[in-house]
Amino acid sequence: MLGKLTLSAIPLDVPILVGTFTGVVIVALAVLGAITYFGKWGYLWREWLTSVDHKRLGIMYIVLALVMLFRGFADAIMMRSQLALAYAGNPGYLPPHHYDQIFSAHGTIMIFFMAMAFMTGLLNVIVPLQIGARDVAFPFLNSLSFWMTTISAVLINVSLFIGEFAQCGWLVYPPLSEQQFSPGVGVDYYIWAVQLAGVGTLLTGVNFFVTIVKMRAPGMGWMQLPVFTWTAFVTVVLIMAVFPVLTVTLAELALDRYLGMHFFTNYGGGSVQLYLSLIWTWGHPEVYILVLPAFGVFSEITQTFSRKPLFGYRVMVYATLAIGVLSFIVWAHHFFTMGAGPNVNAFFGVATMIIAVPTGVKIFNWLFTMYKGRIQFNGIMYWVIGFMITFSIGGMTGVMMAMPAADFVLHNSLFLIAHFHNVIIGGVYFGYVAGLNFWWPKVLGFKMNESWGKRAFWCWFIGFYLAFVPLYIAGFEGMTRRMNHYDNADWHVQMLIASFGAAVIAVGVVCQLMQIYVSIRDRNLPESRDFTGDPWNARTLEWSISSPPPAYNFAVVPDVHGLDTFHTEKQIGRRSYEGKTLTPIHMPKNTAAGFFVGAFSFVLGFSAIWYIWWLAALALIGIFATVILRSFNNDVDYYVPVSEIERDQAKYVRSLTAQAAE
Amino acid sequence: MSQASTHQHEGESHGSFASYIIGFVIAAILTVAAFAIVEMHLMSPGMTFGVITALAVVQIFVHLVYFLHMNSSSSQSWNNTAFAFAVICVLIIVGGTVFIIHDVSMNMMSR
Repeated sequence: MLGKLTLSAIPLDVPILVGTFTGVVIVALAVLGAITYFGKWGYLWREWLTSVDHKRLGIMYIVLALVMLFRGFADAIMMRSQLALAYAGNPGYLPPHHYDQIFSAHGTIMIFFMAMAFMTGLLNVIVPLQIGARDVAFPFLNSLSFWMTTISAVLINVSLFIGEFAQCGWLVYPPLSEQQFSPGVGVDYYIWAVQLAGVGTLLTGVNFFVTIVKMRAPGMGWMQLPVFTWTAFVTVVLIMAVFPVLTVTLAELALDRYLGMHFFTNYGGGSVQLYLSLIWTWGHPEVYILVLPAFGVFSEITQTFSRKPLFGYRVMVYATLAIGVLSFIVWAHHFFTMGAGPNVNAFFGVATMIIAVPTGVKIFNWLFTMYKGRIQFNGIMYWVIGFMITFSIGGMTGVMMAMPAADFVLHNSLFLIAHFHNVIIGGVYFGYVAGLNFWWPKVLGFKMNESWGKRAFWCWFIGFYLAFVPLYIAGFEGMTRRMNHYDNADWHVQMLIASFGAAVIAVGVVCQLMQIYVSIRDRNLPESRDFTGDPWNARTLEWSISSPPPAYNFAVVPDVHGLDTFHTEKQIGRRSYEGKTLTPIHMPKNTAAGFFVGAFSFVLGFSAIWYIWWLAALALIGIFATVILRSFNNDVDYYVPVSEIERDQAKYVRSLTAQAAE
Repeated sequence: MSQASTHQHEGESHGSFASYIIGFVIAAILTVAAFAIVEMHLMSPGMTFGVITALAVVQIFVHLVYFLHMNSSSSQSWNNTAFAFAVICVLIIVGGTVFIIHDVSMNMMSR
């Protein structure tokens, strides 16, 4: 009846998990209780959970990303403290079975549910505003994507308290992940969580591709696209190209595990090498999927706060495209040591080194944008400059490992761990946080607190070097990744420093939480309110409307006459909406269908993990029924009347003139 | 959405009865030919493999032209771009994987 699920699946014998579970339950009850007490269920359901508004979905994505950041960061703290303790005969406090789940979950959560969710959130909030669109091309699909991502995040966290998580790393390499060596449900949790999230990501990719191709404001040619939108465009093209590869690879692994097939087994004609090749065919472009939008964020911020147009806009676009293409032909550098001959290793090594060229071009473009600019050196610019320093170092260690000969020494060592954290924290995370600070006033109508933001930056920046430079050194000294305990005294010093660094980063995370809290507390102070919709005196279209924007974004679709039209309009003192007649605006209605498809998918995933097949069948029927019912619903849109647009517009103009009078 | 004007299907051809029939006949001939070569042992195994692969590739183009209405007209440029992109991706992924696995196999003398 319940498949493999029994009471013994609940890890009551692990005190850490029982404590965590109690904590999660208490927090959840407090949140749910507060919503009930303030009577906000109806509001939450109507305005947020069923929303198809890209800005609200974007906010929910970013909230999800921040929650997952804490989960992933808790894992990181546990790993660092284990390695600080587990030296010279001391087993530490995490037995291998638990420790292996932690490092697998850390990677999976940080990439799929923190970074991907954060990236999708930024795309959702900004891309339609930058191109002068009123929503994305397929608003319902957007809501569906969000719910697929969210339920997968819930599913992966359920593995903490019911059953176990995978113990074979964040990419579950076979043969260790095959049924023979991983008979538990851990790998199944991984497969279902990543597969269901992958559906959401792929739909997001298609959605934003069509949005950028089809819904640009009139006059906005390809070379008038803001740089962030360009990077978003290349990212969604990469998503559409490689996420199907991930889906097929994991589906084949699932067939091995569920139906006894032999795609990747050690025997029966399976090829482990095929899994590695396929998973990194997805995995390497994935790195660029994450980092390209961060490059876009840096470009927007640098040009805004340097008070100059971006240096070499066209070169920036071509560099982005070049990185997009090159990211396809480097994947074998993840397994140089697997036994390929000089032909393969030389080809992929050289291709990897070449990718540093367009990336270096970008760095120089940002530097030249700042050169002789009137730089406004605020908390957001701190993240940008911190990125340029940190990411350059990370890029250089990457080129080091692109040499197959050096890689034979460094492969699978902590040097590698330090390298990719160097580019992912220094590139991706710094970029997303800078983007959050930069666009926060646009979305919510007030700025983020400056001093807490700077404190967060310094803790992250210094903490990063304290935590990862020791790992570079320990990696050189031969310490491998995923190690549970060790006896080498040289490594112990490095592990202690790294733990201290992780603690400094933890202070940074607390500062970020404080920043969010203080910003919301002080939202009505005159210095934090954004009356003009353009608090940074920026260049792109999203700043030409009120903050927060109305649901329909643009009262009149803007006319675009070239790059940075909004900047030009400010120069000549004439705004494009002046003197235009308003017409009713066609908008999509909210729908609960995405939520229900997500909920049924969660049940499907959970029951398939535990072999509860009758429930899985019911969930599948539920998914189909919801989609069919939705497709018969013709009442999916409405028109915003002119009177309402006029009211919003008058309010915006009033607050503009009031600001100008001051 | 409000920018409905950009959402129109501009002059896409959906084919005529005759073009569907022509496509069907060619596709049927190609399929029967492939089965015939294998079932009737008309060629050596190596030859058979090469010929049916070639027939399959021709079959793909017949489907694309007659059933999916791909052509070189300007209204089809996005479709053609997407198709070219897909072909490049497949070539990189399949070709690259074969390149790597074959090389490892030779280098490690696994056969």
